[in-house]
Amino acid sequence: MKKENIIFSNLYGKHDESIKGALKRGDWKNISKILKLDKQDIINKIKDSGLRGRGGAGFSTGMKWDFMPKISGRQHYLVINADEGEPGTCKDRDIIRNEPHKLVEGCLISGYAIGADKCYIYIRGEFYNEAKILQTAIDDAYSKGFLGKNIFGLKINFDIYIHYGSGAYVCGEETALIESLEGKKGQPRLKPPFPANVGVFGKPTTVNNVETIAVVPTILRRGPEWFSKLGRKNNTGSKIFCISGQVNKPCNVEEELGVPLKYLIQKYAGDVIGGWDNLLAVIPGGSSVPLLPKSECENVLMDFDSLKNAGSGLGTGGIIVMNKQTDVVSAIARLAEFYKHESCGQCTPCREGTGWLMRVMKRLENNECSLEEVQMLEEVTHQIEGHTICALGDAAAWPIQGLLKHFKKDILQRIQKKNVA
Amino acid sequence: MSTSKFKIIAEEQSQPLTFNFSSENLTKAKKIIKMYPSNFKESSIMPLLSIAQAQNHGWLPKKAIEYVSNFIEVPEIKVLEIATFYSMYNLSPVGKFHIEVCTTTPCMLRGSDPMLDLCKKKFGLEIGGITEDGLFSLGRVECLGACVNAPVVKINENYYEDLDSESLNKLLDGLKMNKKVKIGPQSKRKGSEPVK
Repeated sequence: MKKENIIFSNLYGKHDESIKGALKRGDWKNISKILKLDKQDIINKIKDSGLRGRGGAGFSTGMKWDFMPKISGRQHYLVINADEGEPGTCKDRDIIRNEPHKLVEGCLISGYAIGADKCYIYIRGEFYNEAKILQTAIDDAYSKGFLGKNIFGLKINFDIYIHYGSGAYVCGEETALIESLEGKKGQPRLKPPFPANVGVFGKPTTVNNVETIAVVPTILRRGPEWFSKLGRKNNTGSKIFCISGQVNKPCNVEEELGVPLKYLIQKYAGDVIGGWDNLLAVIPGGSSVPLLPKSECENVLMDFDSLKNAGSGLGTGGIIVMNKQTDVVSAIARLAEFYKHESCGQCTPCREGTGWLMRVMKRLENNECSLEEVQMLEEVTHQIEGHTICALGDAAAWPIQGLLKHFKKDILQRIQKKNVA
Repeated sequence: MSTSKFKIIAEEQSQPLTFNFSSENLTKAKKIIKMYPSNFKESSIMPLLSIAQAQNHGWLPKKAIEYVSNFIEVPEIKVLEIATFYSMYNLSPVGKFHIEVCTTTPCMLRGSDPMLDLCKKKFGLEIGGITEDGLFSLGRVECLGACVNAPVVKINENYYEDLDSESLNKLLDGLKMNKKVKIGPQSKRKGSEPVK
């Protein structure tokens, strides 16, 4: 993408991340003018920009904000989901440590638009050093008069608090995050009621991902048309992609949505280790989405709709690359272990099912599986999928379904070889 | 559910007889409580447990759980429930340097298993173990969220990234000898930029 369109110009932390550097890069510029806009006007602008949530689900951000009650007379809350923990994803960490003012400014604007005067940033406990940088950014914003009481004399009050998580992946699910913020176990809630009506502390709440909120100030400054011209129809704007696994130069990079996967890997990540022909498969959107075999990777575009049509998903934009030296069964078995570890234990299909999946995947990895078990493995994934309160059950099922869909032949060969031997 | 050995409540002989916040932490704690609505005292449990754990060398004794429950006047069971559910709270002693090796798929693809083996061999530890001198303890964790800098190891509150056997060995030796070590990527790059 063109250099002038890049939003996160300090993604790698090469420049000053403090308020001095941020002001130089244009953060907080004309913020009082933005805050003079009508609330609905801001929501409409975000709708027009086509911004879709960057946390994984890809729901329209403007629409989510519009769900908040307009005249409720109740306290409203903005909650930022910084509980980044989806395997393959490490973009929010870079925003928090290198572009903290984009997030803080985004909180103020978004909070104002949804009528909230309090904001909690729920950051994963492991990001201790990153949260310290964020706290400094918040403190500096207070001392500049960007946060606090009666900001710019506009009768806008806004406070931001950081709440540390403590190592539970499931708290990245918005209702589990709300439960956790209320000091309970992170176990997702049944919906309805939706957070926009009954969220944290029983009050209307919007939960947004770090990256979603951090792009809001730039969209308003440069205009929704600018943002909607980047990317593709229905998949507008740019996004941070995290390219990990077996590539020569793993890295984070901001690119327009709809960029070809092959281009991303070759141009930024120095290609697959052993060359493009040595590619086996790619998990394109964080561990929760089904993998794509090499044949699918040739032409697929990195956006919500293209990846959905290819039988996977954009998710968080965490691209995990596996080359032909990888035992794909072990790679997925490791994910099964992850989901078993992170299941909150509330719904039986997930609590029992993830353990079951993990054990069978381990057997498959060690070549101890029979043909019937492979069939059963697939059945169990379908018994979990769609039968749980939150999407963790689905997320545990999909990687295995993806594996069985694209690599069944190899798995069956593996078992037959064992039987012959 | 976490099955880490550090989640098992320590035996009586390891449990301190008392726990109180230091004066610095007392100030912090009072500030934390004000962050949440007064009728949601439970919200403070997590941050208070975190500072209690930091004060007590990285683990939560039973007295600390009792102290936090008295401090915000919520039943002790609610505090214990939080301390057992969330994986970052340790309920038995950890080493001065608590090593946590990430072994989830993105790290595994870049050789995290050899990193874990190196730690095991170097200190003669299994996962959940602690060296006799109390300097090092070893754990295995799920995704630390620094995947493009894999393999990653977290020691106390710091991340050490882009590791290989040589750099990890050097790092652990440095810690053992109380030297100042480089936090973050052990390679030449800054943050998550591509290597040149």
